Amino acid sequence: MRFKLNALAAAAALALAAGAAHAQISGGVVKIGVLNDQSGLYADLGGQGSVIAAKMAVEDFTAKDKSLKVEVIFADHQNKPDVGTQIAGKWYDAEGVDAIVDVPTSSVALAVNDVARAKNKVFIDSGAATSDLTGAKCSPNTVHWTYDTWMLANGTGKAIVKTGGDTWFFITADYAFGAALERDTSAVIVKNGGKVLGDVKVPLNTQDFSSFLLQAQSSKAKIIGLANAGGDTINSIKQASEFGITKGGQSLAGLLVFLSDVHGIGLDKAQGLILTETFYWDLNDQTRAWSKRFAALSGGKEPTMVQAGVYAGVLHYLKAVSSLKSDSDGAKVVAEMKKIPTDDPLFGKGTIRADGRKIHPAYLFEVKKPSESKGPYDYYKLRATIPADEAFRPLADGGCSLVK
Amino acid sequence: MSTQALFGQLLIGLINGSFYALLSLGLAVIFGLLNIINFAHGAQYMLGAFVAYFLLNKAGLGYWWALLITPFVVGAVGVVIERLMLSRLYKLDHLYGLLLTFGLALILEGAFNHAFGSAGMPYSIPESLQGVQNLGFMFLPNYRGWVIFASLAICLSTWFLIERTKLGAYLRAATENPTLVQSFGINVPRMITLTYGAGVGLAALAGVFAAPIYQVSPQMGSSLIIVVFAVVVIGGMGSIMGSILTGFGLGIVEGLTKYFYPEASNTVIFVIMAIVLMIRPQGLFGQR
Repeated sequence: MRFKLNALAAAAALALAAGAAHAQISGGVVKIGVLNDQSGLYADLGGQGSVIAAKMAVEDFTAKDKSLKVEVIFADHQNKPDVGTQIAGKWYDAEGVDAIVDVPTSSVALAVNDVARAKNKVFIDSGAATSDLTGAKCSPNTVHWTYDTWMLANGTGKAIVKTGGDTWFFITADYAFGAALERDTSAVIVKNGGKVLGDVKVPLNTQDFSSFLLQAQSSKAKIIGLANAGGDTINSIKQASEFGITKGGQSLAGLLVFLSDVHGIGLDKAQGLILTETFYWDLNDQTRAWSKRFAALSGGKEPTMVQAGVYAGVLHYLKAVSSLKSDSDGAKVVAEMKKIPTDDPLFGKGTIRADGRKIHPAYLFEVKKPSESKGPYDYYKLRATIPADEAFRPLADGGCSLVK
Repeated sequence: MSTQALFGQLLIGLINGSFYALLSLGLAVIFGLLNIINFAHGAQYMLGAFVAYFLLNKAGLGYWWALLITPFVVGAVGVVIERLMLSRLYKLDHLYGLLLTFGLALILEGAFNHAFGSAGMPYSIPESLQGVQNLGFMFLPNYRGWVIFASLAICLSTWFLIERTKLGAYLRAATENPTLVQSFGINVPRMITLTYGAGVGLAALAGVFAAPIYQVSPQMGSSLIIVVFAVVVIGGMGSIMGSILTGFGLGIVEGLTKYFYPEASNTVIFVIMAIVLMIRPQGLFGQR
């Protein structure tokens, strides 16, 4: 009897699954899950702000196109790959989530990348940095929207080597992201005639960097490259100024610095930092208008590029679903996203390449002096614009199996 | 490794050790005299840094005022917690106190995270302590030198107060046999309340010391508290001198690890803890 019941249940489940596969919009609603750090060191660059951005995208899309019903949910992956994998699996399998967005922390992003592919769903990454998402680990189910380690290295790294910073020492976050960022930056340094003198690998979420800064100091390298992010970058920069590193003639290169980090460090310590981003709220009228809406919803905080990327990614995803009139086959939706050109107020017109890389310009910024800033969040001045076709790794160099 | 670099790492270890010592001292006082495992210690340390931040930005009171006022403000919060909640748990197992304080820590951190975000707020080093000393082998920021000095002074005076004065003798007696001490006309419950307040005040003081070095951020306590617990366990639960010496000692061990094998710098203290628990379960300085 027991066996019969089980068989019956299995049959019912199969029938349900088959039914879902045929449905146009699975569950009658397009469900988007924002999966990121809600409480830890990366919560300010993504966090609730990314949820706000996703909801704004849904609002803007459904105002024009009423054919889709869209729902946004969110969860905290705590920067742990196992937690991220578990939530992604549950969302895709049991809760009818069609697309997962944001996912900062490269190690978690690579794990979710595998889950999305195995379950043939959609994964639009904005927060993670590793260029492996569109390189060795590329997937027909993944789009990498905002930035990556190659782009950061190519922007900040190249600019610094070109202006004489030709010997480097790295302080690197000891996980997938740090390793990728150091690797990509080292390649740029060597290619442009510079030299890497050494590195130190530091556990994620370290409070005290003084010991590592001293090692960097004794290396005598002209540039101390910070291949870390969020709270780790903030602490390194603050403590470097405290230990007089920059007074000794060495310079810091923050390879991944977000607007929220500069806000936390304060301009007096962050001034003069060179950094690369693909979005800044004060770029043009469109970004200003959008950011004003965002700030009204986020308690006055201006958006980071990660949050902007979540907005643009969700908007484009919904366009693809609407054009296909189906969200059930993840790979098909991503193929459609690659087919239609992207167009949004934040990143302008662009494309998504065969390897899943979103292509748009990048900007080299310098952090303003306190005297140049008009108030909170007026932090950057534009030094150079890197055109879209130069900003990201050439398609052929990534080693992605989707590129023929 | 050059001797220069070695001295540098030792000194940095000593600086971190001052924080470990100051925090584990408060924990040891609270555990030794109240038998409460105060898991909210990290949150109270964070609270100290935030009070300093508020004093500066809302009331215009600088670092030195913060150093003076903060321990009393946060200590008063501790007194309220002890009166309203902890005092109901003394008759129960240690575990209940631990759970209560752990819950309080989560609530405090969550609330601050919600209100202030995770990147934290900047707090500058006071004018008079800015600048660096060139020691030959490294540059020592004046502020860090001050932290080592102040922390040592506070640790030793706390030890003296508890181990060598009459008040300390009452306290220790009250933990051994509260009924007997009460019969001498001493108000034991009030003494215990004030002790908890003092322990919490110590955490807040460490928070003020930390504010200019790290970000004033909601997670600043949670990333430190686990290490500090390990320090207390290694030193011996409740041993005042033990936790001071272990705090400084482990800071140095950690500093050296950061040089020789940085990947392990997060875990070395726990490895030591495991070894100590196997060989000497009462801790290096614990009795029994």
